[in-house]
Amino acid sequence: MEKIEAKDVNFYYGDFHALKGISMEIPQNKVVAFIGPSGCGKSTFLRLFNRMNDLVPGSRLEGQILIDGQDIYGPGVQVDELRKNVGMVFQRPNPFPKSIFDNIAYGLRVNGIKDKEFIAHRVEESLKGAALWDEVKDKLNASAYALSGGQQQRLCIARAMAVSPSVLLMDEPASALDPISTAKVEELICELRNEVTIVIVTHNMQQASRVSDRTAFFYMGEMVEYDDTKVIFTNPHKEATQNYITGRFG
Amino acid sequence: MKRFLEKAVKWLLTASGFVTSAVILLIIGFLFTEGAGLFREHVIEEGYVLALNRENPVKRMNAAQIKAVFDEDVTNWKEIGGPDLPIVTFRLEDADRYFSEEALGKQYENAGALIAGLVADNPGMVAFVPESMIPEGADLNFIEDRTISPGEVFAGAEWFPTATPAPLFGMWPLLAGTLWVSLFAILFALPFGISIAVYMAEVASERVRGFLKPVIELLNGIPSVVYGFFGLIVIVPLLQQVFGLPVGESGLAGSIVLAIMALPTIVTVAEDAMRNCPRSLREASLALGATKWQTVSRVVIPSSMSGIASGVVLGIGRAVGETMAVLMVTGNAAVVPTSILEPLRTIPATIAAELGEAPAGGAHYQSLFLLGVILFFITFFINLCVEFISSRNRAKNR
Repeated sequence: MEKIEAKDVNFYYGDFHALKGISMEIPQNKVVAFIGPSGCGKSTFLRLFNRMNDLVPGSRLEGQILIDGQDIYGPGVQVDELRKNVGMVFQRPNPFPKSIFDNIAYGLRVNGIKDKEFIAHRVEESLKGAALWDEVKDKLNASAYALSGGQQQRLCIARAMAVSPSVLLMDEPASALDPISTAKVEELICELRNEVTIVIVTHNMQQASRVSDRTAFFYMGEMVEYDDTKVIFTNPHKEATQNYITGRFG
Repeated sequence: MKRFLEKAVKWLLTASGFVTSAVILLIIGFLFTEGAGLFREHVIEEGYVLALNRENPVKRMNAAQIKAVFDEDVTNWKEIGGPDLPIVTFRLEDADRYFSEEALGKQYENAGALIAGLVADNPGMVAFVPESMIPEGADLNFIEDRTISPGEVFAGAEWFPTATPAPLFGMWPLLAGTLWVSLFAILFALPFGISIAVYMAEVASERVRGFLKPVIELLNGIPSVVYGFFGLIVIVPLLQQVFGLPVGESGLAGSIVLAIMALPTIVTVAEDAMRNCPRSLREASLALGATKWQTVSRVVIPSSMSGIASGVVLGIGRAVGETMAVLMVTGNAAVVPTSILEPLRTIPATIAAELGEAPAGGAHYQSLFLLGVILFFITFFINLCVEFISSRNRAKNR
């Protein structure tokens, strides 16, 4: 079953044509990686799935993006409801200047959940899900800024997972982390694939090959090739893909 | 050559740093020594005595009692712990009423002896005369003179710095006036200031903001006299009508003018703080399904709290120290305020209004410096509070 479906998507920043006629399907509970050189539009495309680009003044979308068959840019769509369903993890860890507990509870609270017991339960569950519970269970009231960069990023993943999204977008989630933290985040991605559909943007091709089921290669605003990860990395059909993954440019 | 220049620059910077700090310390030191001088001054005007009849057992009177006696608010000695005798006051100006010009002599050379005799004959009389006039060995009692005590200055409820024979330096009405006006000014300015800041940082389009921001910053540059003038011709009559006051000049008028003056500071500093809230935090909040207002109230405002707090304190600082505008609209009555609709008087206004007429080096002059010291401590305390708040915030965010 297709979780996300993009139909002939064109996207503009003012006069700049950032995405050119992209159509793709992302299957349920799979991990899909977007790779490509900087400025190729992969992050822009990712940020269309939770309408984060709405915040950019002068931007414009043509085409359709469907999640669970519903046009997320259609009339009557509540952006905050959409974003609750489509979580996001950013390039740099961005915890709130609040306690660890409040960071996780934030998403539940803004979505109107007041039941303290349920919140506490969800916080524990999410932290366990992000393999962070054992490290922070004794200091839930400490500031999230007291954690290391890798822990902060896992906290952000836990925060995104706390509101039980069905899609998780990850925008280069490990690019600011050391190799050990990166390995932990990747491990986490592999575990989370059972619960959510994950779309991950990455510069690191080994990472894409390790964590993803399918990979899309973007170049100059176009999607050059989209196939099973194995195929992309062993036997790509397009020359540009071949050149990129063998490191001839990028 | 390059080496030498580097050294010269370093030396210059060091020197300017030290000189500035030294000047500031000198100013504070000067303020303190002048202010502390008040407590070496005597209750009764210098060079004068209060002479009593031998039979009058009263030995001590404080400044408030002396003033009450000479204002004829107290007319019997028993009210201030003496015998049941009516009080008759005598000042040097009253000499003509008791004695002829010839008897006093051309140069008042006989006045001392005559007055001494008069007091000796009148058991209820108290005479306020220069010490040098009283002949030696006169058969009189004198009220004990002593230096002004801190208690009657800081807790005293009456400010009559030019009263004779004993001026009153009770600073409580001025202190209360200052705090009262500042408190209300902040109560008015805070909600408006924060909402304008939120509006400018979060709601207004770039064009509106580009227009509003310079306008609000312009308000900062308007001289306070102009604000006072505006308050005097617009706010004062308005308050008089709305509340049906006998006079419109009141603490409320002062706080409104001060609130308007504190607004630009609060708005600009708070707005900058909110705009400096990292984009990544906003995105994190929005990506969790928070609405724009949830993001502003739960992430942007808390994370820029220290900036907002410093804006507010800078605003308070301005309100506490503001002189001219307050002087013009508060009515300048040095009484302990019981409501915001009454005239009152603040510390800076008192200093500005009275320093010109206070003889340099006198008790009045020194008392004004002491007021300056109090003002210094108030603002110092406010700054400490901010430092405390923001350092606690920083510690929490680390």
